[in-house]
Amino acid sequence: MKRSVLQALAALFAGALFGIGLAASGMTRPEKVIGFLDVTGDWDASLLFVMVSAIAVHFTAYRLIRGWSAPLYASTFAIPTRRNIDLALVLGAALFGVGWGLGGYCPGPGVVSLGSGTAGAVVFTGAMLVGMFVTSTMDSSLQPKPAILAIKATDARRRHLM
Amino acid sequence: MHDLTFWSSLFGGALIGLAASLLLVASGQVAGVSGIIGNLLLGQPGDGAWRLMFLTGLLLAGLAFALLLPSTIAPSPRSLPVVALAGLLVGVGTRLGNGCTSGHGVCGMSRLSPRSLIATSTFVMTGMLTVTLVRWI
Repeated sequence: MKRSVLQALAALFAGALFGIGLAASGMTRPEKVIGFLDVTGDWDASLLFVMVSAIAVHFTAYRLIRGWSAPLYASTFAIPTRRNIDLALVLGAALFGVGWGLGGYCPGPGVVSLGSGTAGAVVFTGAMLVGMFVTSTMDSSLQPKPAILAIKATDARRRHLM
Repeated sequence: MHDLTFWSSLFGGALIGLAASLLLVASGQVAGVSGIIGNLLLGQPGDGAWRLMFLTGLLLAGLAFALLLPSTIAPSPRSLPVVALAGLLVGVGTRLGNGCTSGHGVCGMSRLSPRSLIATSTFVMTGMLTVTLVRWI
């Protein structure tokens, strides 16, 4: 089989397994997630054990394959290398946490619940896509656009010459 | 603590860890759901196939559980307008902060990434503050 087909099949299987894990651990029940965040109330520590277990497995797997030069069905690993802590990271994580606590959904369980057709999940993922789109649009409009800047510079020079 | 589901949490968590490991071993990619969605819509074209397949897997798992074990997928206890605001904040926040519970919380923490450690402690803290405030109101 072609590598691209194997890669797609592995991604499909990984997504399904991820979704089964989320549903089996109760993370597709928003009141359970809210129960974990409710430390000052009737605290449900379940999510902590989901995280610890997931990290224990993935930490081990990551250590085992860290020396590999390439993954099985792709040419390179796409692992984030940034290490700097900036305002965007902290502010973004803070806003995400507020949304997480308000609805009881994070993106993974939101998409899994969308598969069940729950009205809340449809509204949640729809609004999430809007939020992502707006942020990316604003983010790219804040970045200087070399092409436009070049035109403006030429304009300025022309005006100066005239 | 009467709601604690210890064994199913450990079991489900292990499946999540296995799934993230499979995606890394096979495709070399990080199983961060917000990034997978965001970059499918807003990222570079040509890199979308595996993202689409992963999301299809998540949706199929949801569909299967809804049909076979409907009690595992519950609606949010909050009203739809609040859930919409929550979704908006999750979209903005995950885009700004480059990740969510899966990308930072599971994958980044497993790599001992300092950015993910900061992000995870931040969103857990603001999440706890939010739930506490909502209960008071």
